[in-house]
Amino acid sequence: MTELTNLTISEARAKLKGREITAVELTDAYLSAIDAANGALNAYVTVTPDKAREMAKASDARLADGKGGPLEGIPLGVKDLFATRDIHTQACSHILDGFKPKYESTVTQNLWNHGAVMLGKLNMDEFAMGSSNESSYYGPSVNPWKAKGSDEKLVPGGSSGGSAAAVAAHLCAGATATDTGGSIRQPAAFTGTVGIKPTYGRCSRWGIVAYASSLDQAGPIARDVRDAAILLKSMASVDTKDTTSVDLPVPDYEASLGQSVKGMKIGIPKEYRIVGMPEEIEKLWQQGVEWLKDAGAEVVEISLPHTKYALPAYYIVAPAEASSNLARYDGVRYGLRVDGKDIADMYEKSRAAGFGKEVQRRIMIGTYVLSAGYYDAYYLKAQKVRTLIKRDFEEAFHAGVDAILAPITPSSAFAIGDKELAADPVKMYLQDVFTVTLNMAGLPGISVPAGLDHKGLPLGLQIIGKPFEEETLFKTAHVIEQAAGKFTPAKWW
Amino acid sequence: MSVDIATVKRVARLSRIAVSEDDLERMTGELNGILGFVELLSEVDVSGVEPMTSVTPITMRKRADAVTDGDKAADIVANAPNSDQNFFLVPKVVE
Amino acid sequence: MTLVDTRTPDPKRLIPGATGDWEIIIGMEVHAQVLSQSKLFSGASTEFGKAPNSNVSLVDAAMPGMLPVINEECVKQAVRTGLGLKAQINNRSIFDRKNYFYPDLPQGYQISQFKDPIVGEGKIIISLGPDRQGNFEDIEIGIERLHLEQDAGKSMHDQHPTMSYVDLNRSGVALMEIVSKPDMRSSDEAKAYMTKLRSIVRYLGTCDGNMDEGSMRADVNVSVRRPGEAFGTRCEIKNVNSIRFIGQAIEYEARRQIAILEDGGSIDQETRLFDPGKGETRSMRSKEDAHDYRYFPDPDLLPLEFDDAFVEALKSDLPELPDDKKARFVRELGLSVYDASVLVSEKAIADYFESVAEGRDGKTAANWVINDLLGALNKAGKGIEETPVSPAQLGGIIDLIKAETISGKIAKDLFEIVFNEGGDPAEIVESRGMKQVTDTGAIEKAVDDIIAANPDQVAKVKAKPTLAGWFVGQVMKSTGGKANPQAVQALVKAKLGIEE
Repeated sequence: MTELTNLTISEARAKLKGREITAVELTDAYLSAIDAANGALNAYVTVTPDKAREMAKASDARLADGKGGPLEGIPLGVKDLFATRDIHTQACSHILDGFKPKYESTVTQNLWNHGAVMLGKLNMDEFAMGSSNESSYYGPSVNPWKAKGSDEKLVPGGSSGGSAAAVAAHLCAGATATDTGGSIRQPAAFTGTVGIKPTYGRCSRWGIVAYASSLDQAGPIARDVRDAAILLKSMASVDTKDTTSVDLPVPDYEASLGQSVKGMKIGIPKEYRIVGMPEEIEKLWQQGVEWLKDAGAEVVEISLPHTKYALPAYYIVAPAEASSNLARYDGVRYGLRVDGKDIADMYEKSRAAGFGKEVQRRIMIGTYVLSAGYYDAYYLKAQKVRTLIKRDFEEAFHAGVDAILAPITPSSAFAIGDKELAADPVKMYLQDVFTVTLNMAGLPGISVPAGLDHKGLPLGLQIIGKPFEEETLFKTAHVIEQAAGKFTPAKWW
Repeated sequence: MSVDIATVKRVARLSRIAVSEDDLERMTGELNGILGFVELLSEVDVSGVEPMTSVTPITMRKRADAVTDGDKAADIVANAPNSDQNFFLVPKVVE
Repeated sequence: MTLVDTRTPDPKRLIPGATGDWEIIIGMEVHAQVLSQSKLFSGASTEFGKAPNSNVSLVDAAMPGMLPVINEECVKQAVRTGLGLKAQINNRSIFDRKNYFYPDLPQGYQISQFKDPIVGEGKIIISLGPDRQGNFEDIEIGIERLHLEQDAGKSMHDQHPTMSYVDLNRSGVALMEIVSKPDMRSSDEAKAYMTKLRSIVRYLGTCDGNMDEGSMRADVNVSVRRPGEAFGTRCEIKNVNSIRFIGQAIEYEARRQIAILEDGGSIDQETRLFDPGKGETRSMRSKEDAHDYRYFPDPDLLPLEFDDAFVEALKSDLPELPDDKKARFVRELGLSVYDASVLVSEKAIADYFESVAEGRDGKTAANWVINDLLGALNKAGKGIEETPVSPAQLGGIIDLIKAETISGKIAKDLFEIVFNEGGDPAEIVESRGMKQVTDTGAIEKAVDDIIAANPDQVAKVKAKPTLAGWFVGQVMKSTGGKANPQAVQALVKAKLGIEE
């Protein structure tokens, strides 16, 4: 049975359609794999076997009738940030203790409408705040990759760490994830998987627990570029329930795979060559340039002068929005309530007990930067800087650049409980240095595995595109994937 | 700019998060670390720059005025820690 | 906002204190619930008085991941109201989050408009009077702004000894917050302002103005000063929900502040509540924290933008407003300012009046509507909407007078019958024999009978011709009021030989 879980979505899709395998068999294979692995990897916070088998059965019936949808019978994992009706939805936070929504997020509903099967809810940093999955109330998810000759447990990245770990360890065929500052792309890079953060407005935010509304965007994590294209096609939609959802038809992303990049102009932003960047990352980046050149693309150096301000601006905008978005967790309508002597005491005790340290930190920072006398100096300034960051990209694109190639992470996966990172929140924030600019500008970006470092750990490259030109990202990433190959961790769990 | 313990207390109060006296000092240090980091923005000249209001330049979609939702009080209070007759219950609020 | 003093201190509005005169400065923030089917950002109904949490969507309950989508009709209603206030309409406005914790505020923030409201400066003309000479005084009250925001839910405190009950039915209903400039100088002016504002929104159909149900409520800012000096420290009296209470609250609050100042004390800027039972204002205990609302643009929404054509289309559909109507009644129908003011006070009354006046004499119609109809309604404790006499019925009565089918006196009786029993006035006149007698033969006989029966009076009338009126009265009585009074009068005079 185990080989069933090795099928990519496109492979499984063909076998399901050809009735070579059934959705129930495929689902059972994943459920067994989860059973065997989750103790070690902690990728799932909830597994829904009954629901999964029921959905798979229905898929088989539809497949038998020749009525299967684009994802018919494909078992997926769902990040705990997505509301799933009557199923655990807690953003991996204690404050949402016991919360089972009476509604389904637009993105997951789209997937079920297309025939996908839900396996369960995936681990993540609490409220998507983190780069290591260590802020989860349910404990960290573990990276299926280990450094050569080491038994040290590594982080799968964050915040979509559970999604990345589950995809890399073949505990689901693909997974939903979200990206506010790099939360799809960084874990994808740490686990040798493909992750795409689409343009802001491409996937509906309705039913996704909000972290920072102007930055949050859903996207898939998958085993290869084709699977990511298949998943995004189903996740994306135009949603009248989300004011920021953009009214553009969803293209067939898969069709862009295999298209030539000949004559494309690829920009290399010089500001991404930061001080202290490991040589391996630099080399990988250069390798990416060569691959694209070999495929016929033209590579030019570009300047995005406000790059270094993206991260500090992000750490004003995101916490500010979060401080307000998380005000609804007050112990009144759902989730954790800790009794107090009066209403204010109840609020304070519930929120102190319900939110973890990192979440509290960001709420506090956000509250501070919005408070009287500081708004102009922090929030307003950061939003102006954001305009400049976006303008940098616009100018590059205006000058003829079709896509931008950049690193994703300053390093490969680090150890769980890394003392240096734990001691200084800002050091952890620097994980997002290459990814956060896109969120600030609303642009799409894809993370594609490009090689292994000296420790044998995966590293990724990032391709950044123009708004709503995800197809360009898929075809370019596909070229890199073809050149670099795919990377699967050796099973130790 | 940096914050002192009194400011952290005030911010915690505004955030409705109980912070113990022991944690105040640690939090103050952490917040100052972050504020020090974002201080980098002070070197950016933003004169004449409009703040970003929406990342995608689209016009706001509007709803027609029709009743399309409601009549699901049981769902609304389904997850409530304390409810009675479809009301949410909270410790008494005194005006 | 910088406060500009637009008024010259007027001695007749000053309040005498122990140490000299004081002037009251009043500004108001009125919250008016927008008339719409569904809420500002959700599809739940706005209907009042439904079962707890039944008019609540997932958005209104601030479930995780829920998002607001704006109701276009609420935007239109705000623009209409702005146009009715002769205000500047802003083609681009921004929704902000106002952050604070309260159990009836599920999101932990209210979506409101802070720096860029949908409507800017405008004005309302209030009319005070009439004074003893019958004159009215028109005063312009400045409008600072109007913005759209969400209403909060409701907490009830008497169901349980230790718990409050929260119902979110009202949560998310659209409100217009209409902020005046501090241009009012007496409780009468404040009451007139609220009355006028209520009238305008009701004319426009943008708010039902129902203060009992909380559709309109006022936060009243009151300060006092020595005439001509700078503005004093103000107190805000929250959520006053009747026009009468607005007057009482201001009177109480002004005297409270004057007493403190005359004792050498100073006023603390604070939020106060009006207790209608005691007729007092008191400090709100729960507001221990200094507010810091941390406004910022709501990232779930986009700027609210529309073009001039959108505004023009709404403008062209705007109904005639009370001031214009009043002026037209005076100009075209020759009504007195007083009568016109009474008639335009409510759109339903004005509509009723216009329907009656259509094709008839305006002044006559006005007299009947004001004196008879409104009088009778008032006595019966009914509003114009519940009138048992339709404009067609009242018009019918007036027509019967004009055609001399009935006398004015009989008309009053007829009105009473129609008011109490209904029916077609002409048919009632016919069936009950109320028709005026114009047959001179019949009247002549009645006059002769009275003269013959009262020789003493006949003797007196020779010396005192004004006694002829007594004969007229007797004839009217004997004919059951149906004789034509002019004919009776002429015959009496002729028979008694009284010269004109």
